[in-house]
Amino acid sequence: MQQVASERARKRRIWTFVLVGLLALAVLLSIGLGAQPLGPGQIWHGLWSASGTEGDVIVRSLRLPRTVTALVAGLALGAAGALMQGHTRNPIADPVLLGISAGAGMGVVASLFLIGVSSLYGYVWFGFLGAALAGTLVYAVGALTRGGATPVTLALAGAAVHALFTALTAGMVLFDRQALETYRFWTVGSVSGQPLGLTLQALPFIAVGLALAALNTPGLNALSLGEDVARMLGVRIGLNRALGMAAITLLTGTAVAVCGPIGFVGLVGTHIARYLSGPDYRWIVAQAALIGATLMLTADTLGRLVARPGELQVGIMLALIGAPVFIQLVRRRQAVRI
Amino acid sequence: MTETTRTPSAAPQDAGAVRPEVRLRAEGLTLSYGERTVVRELDLDITNGTVTAIIGPNGCGKSTLLRAFGRLMKPTAGTVLLDGRPIHGIPTREVAERVGLLPQSPAAPEGLSVADLVARGRHPHQSWYRRWSSDDEAAVEQALRATGMFELAERTLDELSGGQRQRAWIAMALAQETELLLLDEPTNHLDLAHQIEVLDLVRELHLTTGRTVVVVLHDLSLAARYADRLVAMKDGRVVAQGAPSEVLTEDLVAEVFGLRARVRLDEETGSPLVIPLSRHGAKAADGA
Repeated sequence: MQQVASERARKRRIWTFVLVGLLALAVLLSIGLGAQPLGPGQIWHGLWSASGTEGDVIVRSLRLPRTVTALVAGLALGAAGALMQGHTRNPIADPVLLGISAGAGMGVVASLFLIGVSSLYGYVWFGFLGAALAGTLVYAVGALTRGGATPVTLALAGAAVHALFTALTAGMVLFDRQALETYRFWTVGSVSGQPLGLTLQALPFIAVGLALAALNTPGLNALSLGEDVARMLGVRIGLNRALGMAAITLLTGTAVAVCGPIGFVGLVGTHIARYLSGPDYRWIVAQAALIGATLMLTADTLGRLVARPGELQVGIMLALIGAPVFIQLVRRRQAVRI
Repeated sequence: MTETTRTPSAAPQDAGAVRPEVRLRAEGLTLSYGERTVVRELDLDITNGTVTAIIGPNGCGKSTLLRAFGRLMKPTAGTVLLDGRPIHGIPTREVAERVGLLPQSPAAPEGLSVADLVARGRHPHQSWYRRWSSDDEAAVEQALRATGMFELAERTLDELSGGQRQRAWIAMALAQETELLLLDEPTNHLDLAHQIEVLDLVRELHLTTGRTVVVVLHDLSLAARYADRLVAMKDGRVVAQGAPSEVLTEDLVAEVFGLRARVRLDEETGSPLVIPLSRHGAKAADGA
């Protein structure tokens, strides 16, 4: 058994290495490719010893910000997707299901409609507040129901909160043209246009979210054996769900506020990770984060290439790539049942 | 299961530690689901180092009682004492180090291997600052050997027979290394050979490690054969308790199950055997 067990652990480690390598490659391609392709030398020069050449400017002011944004948002959405599937025991859980995207959308629109905040720096924070409100509401509704926050109550509360916030958003954009314009752009999902400074402001939230996610994984493993078994193994269910919802809200709320409601990343990332490593959330969460970031970067880079000199937003590209990949995954029954 | 004699799963008792005679005690215990009361003012002691089988008809509250012993249910009245302390005042983690409970038909995520399942039994012994150790490794290996699952450790649960799967779950509970083990119908949905396999395992665990076991069983004859003590329940109350040969009588079967039966002593084991009588007399199958 020892040999076989370590064989299994070895496979998981190797896959993690491969995923880190793919992510590094995706980062390089994201900086290098676009309307004007850059060579490795130019990228290096632009990153470490920029002296104002044309290549340096492209790297510094165009490619680097969107690469960092896609990287950070992808890590966050990937890890959050894995946690969401684990806590709702629902293989199609994504930010939409738990109402968090709708909460962020409502926050963005409300900041314009109610107080006239129109700068990116301003409405991103309202988006985050909206997401946090939605996440808290979903957890509270779930937890206050008899029997506590279970996969079913979380999913149902998520659907209700989603409906509520979507309706509020729809109501506001109906009255406010400017809010509608901003919302229209935000809702597609994009990583271009956000200044590097904004992403860096979001970074601490995502770092805390990732740390909470890592802390949550052993409990999630126990919970996947059923609540009774988990409790007998010493897991405090309520605390564990609260920790998970906090991580999900921080990660998704921040990513969605900055980039718009981007779907598919957490969904596809989690399914691929589960396929590679089996039902162990310590690995699924880590690998889903890596895959999520790689997917975001690849989709954004491809979006720049397919419609040159214009570009397709990352949200659109992800759906175009993600849908066929996902259908392929669904056809393997094994990848779906949690 | 010859492995067991070579490497018995470590007795979790600290050497020399004096254990109270009564490990679990229900005092005036009332348990309800919402408005529906399932267990009423029940008193029961579980003695250290015994195998106790709880029997009774469907819905008599035996599984509910077991859940309360495992702190999975809060009493509406009365208390459960674990080693003399109210179990609801003991931190979750500490309960998990002393009591293990295997619910009826537990479910695992698809693709989970036996080794990974058993490793999850180590959860109470770990925390964010204390990761997987050689103690954990040893406990998992011993649990796998004791249950005869060592060779199957890398199989996924979906690939196993019902009896093997049940043994894998018991191995998980063993890896938890609790002195008390509560099993809720571990023979559910198993054929006769697998039922014996699982009960033999439970008996061996008791003999080699001195674990205190409480098991809910449906088959009266098997319960009498494998347990030191029988507890018969009806309508949320204990009707009789004691040694199997004293408890399991024709009158008791009639009272608890409303079933006419003959009770004979098995020549091999000396334990009572229950032979149910059919309404159709001697030959139930002759078309009457």
